[in-house]
Amino acid sequence: MPKILSIDGVSLAFGGLEVLSDISFDVNEGEIFAIIGPNGAGKTSTLNIINGFYRPKKGKVFFQGTDITHLQADKRAALGLGRTFQNIALYHGMSVLDNIKLGAHSHLKTGLISGLWYWGAAHKEEMALRKEIEKDIIDFLEIESIRNQSVSTLAYGLQKRVELARALAMRPKVLLMDEPVAGMNAEETEDMARFILDIKEERNITIVLIEHDMKMIMDISDRVLVLNFGYKLTQGSPREVQKHPDVIKAYLGQKKG
Amino acid sequence: MRIGHFKETYVSDQAVFATATSRFWLGILFALLLLFPFVAGDYLLFMANLAGITIIGAVGLNILTGFAGQISLGHAAFIGVGGYTAAILATRFNLPFLICLPLSGLMAAFFGIIVGGPSLRLKGLYLCIATLAAQLILEFVFVHWESVTGGIRGINLSPPEICGYVLDNDFKYYFLTLAMVILCVTAARNLFRTRVGRAFIAIRDRDISAELMGINLLRYKLYAFAVSSFMAGLSGCLWVNFLKTVTPEHFPLMESVRYLAMIIVGGMGSILGSIFGAIFMTIVPEAISTVLGLLVNTFPTAMSFLFPLQQVIFGLLIVIFLVFEPHGLAEIWRRIKNYFHLWPFEH
Amino acid sequence: MDIFLQLIASGLLVGGIYALIALGFVLIYKATNIINFATGEFMMIGAYIFYSLTVYLKLSPYAGFPLVIVCAALLGTLVERLILRHMLGQPNISIIMVTIGLSSILLGIAEIIWGSDFRSLPPLFPRKPIIIGEVVLRSNLFYGFLMAIAVVVIFMLLFKYAKIGVAMRATANDQMAAFSMGINVKTMFTISWAFGTIAASLGGIIIGNIGGVQPTLGHIGLKIFPIVILGGLDSVGGAVLGGFIVGIVENLAGGYLDPYFHGGVKDLAPFVVLILILLIKPYGLFGTKEIERL
Repeated sequence: MPKILSIDGVSLAFGGLEVLSDISFDVNEGEIFAIIGPNGAGKTSTLNIINGFYRPKKGKVFFQGTDITHLQADKRAALGLGRTFQNIALYHGMSVLDNIKLGAHSHLKTGLISGLWYWGAAHKEEMALRKEIEKDIIDFLEIESIRNQSVSTLAYGLQKRVELARALAMRPKVLLMDEPVAGMNAEETEDMARFILDIKEERNITIVLIEHDMKMIMDISDRVLVLNFGYKLTQGSPREVQKHPDVIKAYLGQKKG
Repeated sequence: MRIGHFKETYVSDQAVFATATSRFWLGILFALLLLFPFVAGDYLLFMANLAGITIIGAVGLNILTGFAGQISLGHAAFIGVGGYTAAILATRFNLPFLICLPLSGLMAAFFGIIVGGPSLRLKGLYLCIATLAAQLILEFVFVHWESVTGGIRGINLSPPEICGYVLDNDFKYYFLTLAMVILCVTAARNLFRTRVGRAFIAIRDRDISAELMGINLLRYKLYAFAVSSFMAGLSGCLWVNFLKTVTPEHFPLMESVRYLAMIIVGGMGSILGSIFGAIFMTIVPEAISTVLGLLVNTFPTAMSFLFPLQQVIFGLLIVIFLVFEPHGLAEIWRRIKNYFHLWPFEH
Repeated sequence: MDIFLQLIASGLLVGGIYALIALGFVLIYKATNIINFATGEFMMIGAYIFYSLTVYLKLSPYAGFPLVIVCAALLGTLVERLILRHMLGQPNISIIMVTIGLSSILLGIAEIIWGSDFRSLPPLFPRKPIIIGEVVLRSNLFYGFLMAIAVVVIFMLLFKYAKIGVAMRATANDQMAAFSMGINVKTMFTISWAFGTIAASLGGIIIGNIGGVQPTLGHIGLKIFPIVILGGLDSVGGAVLGGFIVGIVENLAGGYLDPYFHGGVKDLAPFVVLILILLIKPYGLFGTKEIERL
């Protein structure tokens, strides 16, 4: 399977605090790649490096074979890096529909002048976008009934779903998901896992996932990377990782005696 | 009574005035606005022109501060740039009004972009202070660059002429103002149906995640400054052509604060709110002076309190709305509308 | 050369007084993170209260100062309790605008009560100018400077050693931690508003003593922004340094450039310097860039 994303010897530090030390891994096209590790292991920082929100002190990031280490975050989104956030980052001043439309930003053309004028090109583009979102995203994620609501009035689980919808509107090649089921109940978690699998299988979108829910990780991911205090602990299939002595140690602490 | 309405196509769902009822009321409003100058007296016509010109400025500030979240203490100075550009082009270069108007907007937009330039790196307080500095520096230029701006005496203009038609009284000017208000309000409303407007709101709500969603922060912040100050410039041009004079005292820091008060009272992040706020803040000083005028017989010095009383009331309005009704008059209006929408089954 | 020395010397003296006013801003900002646009108006109100006490009520300045301190503390407390307390958790932009609204209210009230004419405070200091070498210093400026610096030093000592100062510093550092150590964070907010208003009022009296009192006295408060951006928003030492820089810059600009522009450069210069500095260092000379998280 071809590599779609490569992290090559990446280190990151804030002031004197080393957050990531020489991390390397590859993500294959079409797989679900999970990153796990205790709190403070550097999982979210890794996603932020891929997104371009943080710049690494050392190392490189490749996307589809091109070096994107110095590319601005917004340009990376246009290339096909979608993202959902650990602490939901929806725009509370907009409706669900507008939040989703925002995800499609890089794929639209309307500029300042055509936007002020609206009739003609901008109108056509908006209508086409609306149709696409209704068909490919709103139906798929079953959020028809809330599309015109303000996001701030939604329940937590639904907000997470809207965030996923927005990320899908970005038409990503790789979707970076930061704890998609954190704080969800069993039913919501199951729904979300189903959506993630469908996204992978039906749309052939590669998924990089951070999660603490071990059952879900073991169920859906193809490969797992384990981080601890900014270091790469191990990497392998869910089963291999689960049995790895270092992983057990990192999660349960040193066994005495 | 209207319980609800159902939309059959996405086009109608996306329309601004989605229902026949709202289109009907809009038509009535438009007819009334056209009829207004034929029945209104001189004073009301004067006020209507003033309010209209202010609405354009307020819509501009609301786009920048209310929608895109970039606070500006320099809005009056941008209006001033538009006003001076219009006056200088008309008197020095004898350019016709219809050319001065867009050029005033463009000149103000140019200054807006210069001031907005550092906005990528300056956030919150720092940007606020940078715009404050811009206000003070531009004020200084208005007063001290006498060879161009005429110093404190300013510049006088003759009434504007459009295709041989001279707008030499408030009645004729009203139609120009009305057309410009409709144009600017519609353009602003349009903008927020597209990706540009959505990007503004995203930058206001969470600028960091907006960048990861593919929004070029610098470009869109500059867009916001450009549109906002373009409208400020238009407003300034209309204002000096209406008063037929421009002097530095029209654009002090206090005027920037008055514009901020407008969008707060009207509703930040609402086009309708900008209209409400501008009208409200145009009426308030008049109302105060009317009340003081009535008191002159009993207290002969009442009129000397006009200016300070205005300041107290502007300040109070800002504070009261921010504490008790942060979404402003637009929100109050929405509640009233909803009440009648389902009337008489509101419970 | 003596003009230069003269300008630098009086710039330093003015700068010391600015430092006191900036302190009125920093005290509030440090503890509550609120940008107070009404600091200048607090100054102006303080000066007017002092004027009323000493001129209308004919009290001696020695009675005037403590009474102004009491009134200022009261004003600060009221503002915090009645307005700012309701704004906890609101967006920064709203809080900034509330203080702008407040400044407009105070300015209007002052003009209604005291009118817009110049008022002179009763003489507080000996009139004889101070002469050092070839440099002549106006006595009001010189003694005002000494007084301002004395107040700044008292505040600094208060923070360093008094229990309440330590609690305020703890609140400024980490509100949650301070709260868990049994510090009443809300009371600390009120106290910082009271202290900030006191510092500003005393600054207002000193400034009023130099140039007379008028409602627009508060416009000097706008200079706080160049001062704190230059010196760093949250350090008292920085405010003092920024005060000196702004004092010297505006005096030099006023002395050398004003003749060419028919005045006005003096007040503008700090803002031009401010813009230049922001273009090069967006977080000010000593400000720290915050690490943003997602």
